[in-house]
Amino acid sequence: MKVALFVPCYIDQFYPHVAKASLELLEKLGCDVEIPMGQTCCGQPMANSGFSHINQGVDQHFEKLFTGYDYIVGPSGSCILHLKEHHPNLKIRSSVFEICEFLVDVLQVKSVPGKFPHTVGLHQSCHGQRGLGLSSMSERNLPHFSKLGTLLDLVEGLTWKLPAKVDECCGFGGTFCVTEEAVSVKMGQDRIQEHEEIEVEYIVGADTSCLMHLDGILKRKGSKIQIKHIVEILNHA
Amino acid sequence: MRSHSAVAAEFIADGERTDWHNETLWWVRAKRDKASKALPEWEDLREQASQIKNFTLDNLGELLVQFEQNAIQNGIKVHWAADAKEHNQIVHSIIAKKGVSQLVKSKSMLTEECHLNEYLAEKGIEVVDTDLGERIVQFRKEAPSHIVLPAIHLKKEDVGETFHEHLGTPKGNKDPQFLTEAARQHLREKFLQSKVAITGVNFAVAETGEFVVCTNEGNADMGAHLADVHIACMGLEKIIPYRNDLGVFLRLLARSATGQLITTYSSHFKAPRKGQEMHIVLVDNGRTRQLARPEFRNSLKCIRCAACFNTCPVYRRSGGHSYHQAVAGPIGSILAPNFDMKANADLPFASTLCGSCSNVCPVKINIDQQLWLWRQEITKVGFAPKGKELGMKGMAILFAHPRIFQFAGRIGRWVLKNVPFLANNKLNPWYWQREMPEAPKESFQEWYKKRDKV
Repeated sequence: MKVALFVPCYIDQFYPHVAKASLELLEKLGCDVEIPMGQTCCGQPMANSGFSHINQGVDQHFEKLFTGYDYIVGPSGSCILHLKEHHPNLKIRSSVFEICEFLVDVLQVKSVPGKFPHTVGLHQSCHGQRGLGLSSMSERNLPHFSKLGTLLDLVEGLTWKLPAKVDECCGFGGTFCVTEEAVSVKMGQDRIQEHEEIEVEYIVGADTSCLMHLDGILKRKGSKIQIKHIVEILNHA
Repeated sequence: MRSHSAVAAEFIADGERTDWHNETLWWVRAKRDKASKALPEWEDLREQASQIKNFTLDNLGELLVQFEQNAIQNGIKVHWAADAKEHNQIVHSIIAKKGVSQLVKSKSMLTEECHLNEYLAEKGIEVVDTDLGERIVQFRKEAPSHIVLPAIHLKKEDVGETFHEHLGTPKGNKDPQFLTEAARQHLREKFLQSKVAITGVNFAVAETGEFVVCTNEGNADMGAHLADVHIACMGLEKIIPYRNDLGVFLRLLARSATGQLITTYSSHFKAPRKGQEMHIVLVDNGRTRQLARPEFRNSLKCIRCAACFNTCPVYRRSGGHSYHQAVAGPIGSILAPNFDMKANADLPFASTLCGSCSNVCPVKINIDQQLWLWRQEITKVGFAPKGKELGMKGMAILFAHPRIFQFAGRIGRWVLKNVPFLANNKLNPWYWQREMPEAPKESFQEWYKKRDKV
């Protein structure tokens, strides 16, 4: 099974430890992982800003690097959703997987290396949850499930909780976070308050962009709560 | 016109009021959740409603003609209006024949969309809005901020003050029951005086030529039953094929809107009573234009329940007036560009694309996807802010050239580490209320190159 690890641009530059954890975790779970060098971005920042029509160069670059793999796996729900919904190449669209989805549905893992004796609050990112269907959604009248929860249950010593509004958006939203700064920050502050109310040490999610936004607010506030990408915990020995 | 983000920032500046607005609407959403989850067939009902509306849009022409024929047979006078102006002229001409200077109107978002009140005011005719929330905002010369709860941006203290000024209630009295009673007495007088009543329409049944008006206050009934002339104004898309279909829509509407099992009044109007005149004005006003857009046509399935408002994390924190449209919220943001793409270019961007709106929608409109699609349309015709356009074009080049990307990344991380004030300043909206991420010394790909060599 040939797996290409897709490392979104901002993870490559600002959160390399998330990419390292993804790589190590997949390797520990027996995958033959390749990192197509020279990879950049999925194209989402432009497309969600209304500029999908200038994305040909970015799309072609992605296609060139990521053709020929059985699976393209990435630690970011929203980037993966963008590729799945909007990349012009059908083979790319059908072989991209968000990493939790890949672990649960493809690898069907029954154990993970991670030990993490802490209480964490789960942040369900909208694009992962509602877009990719990583868990059931509070609006719908359908059976309950959570792929992230399934994975966290495998981590030794960990307790996970959901905030009162179980799947409310954190307010990041791509360029929304600066063009609608006031609303974006207010949404983030409210999200953090709900995590504080359930007394967690970490906020954990599968989308680094949400976590980056929440972390910016947590740090400004001087909060003790830290952020972690779920792969860091699953891989945490 | 001021942009959504500017008005929203002003709204949020009053943190306590924003929290109250947010939690009040969330409470309505929670009631909707409870009511919808009590029905095991909820998701099937949504699917059925969606299919009925799809059928309706596919056959709109025939259904409208069928409705017209049946309504005429029932003794109703049917008028057709191509746009808001024609709608207002038609309504005015009916009123002018009666020679009245005042009339009552129950809630109708269509008449808000057409600015009927302002039009009639210019002709010397006063419209008294009889929905309690609408009467409150009318006193304050404001627009409704929510299509189901028009005065939801106001607290009881605000209403007490408004009623003190306009109805002479004691200053400082903010008791909801007392204030409601004052409004009731005031409106009763208006009902008794009015010879003409305007109502909206929730559903118009092609099969029978009847229409259904849903209210919780009974104000549509009170107006229509006391007046000599009843004018019902409706957008073309309010048609449903059969009376039986109401069994689907009435169940969905109230549960989605407020978590009620059914609206207090679901009144059927089929024929004028003896001596009464009944008119229906069927209004296009851009609807057929939207119908012709394959990607956006299904926005016309909307039954105006406002569930998407109540669930929207952006709407709850920015208030309805920030949308500068009669219909605010997520659904308003996909309807508004059809009216005027330039003036409403900000609205499809007033969303994080979280998708909650599409999940609560009782007729399964893919609202979040249409927000995304409108963004593409808006930038293609050049209505994106110039700075954003330049930035995006730059990024598209950057991401197509890996060396430039890695080089730019190194510069960016170096700046954050060594001269952070270049990023941490007032010009950077991220930094206003958030810290910038910490810059690692090497990117993942730089690290991986070295790992490979080991």
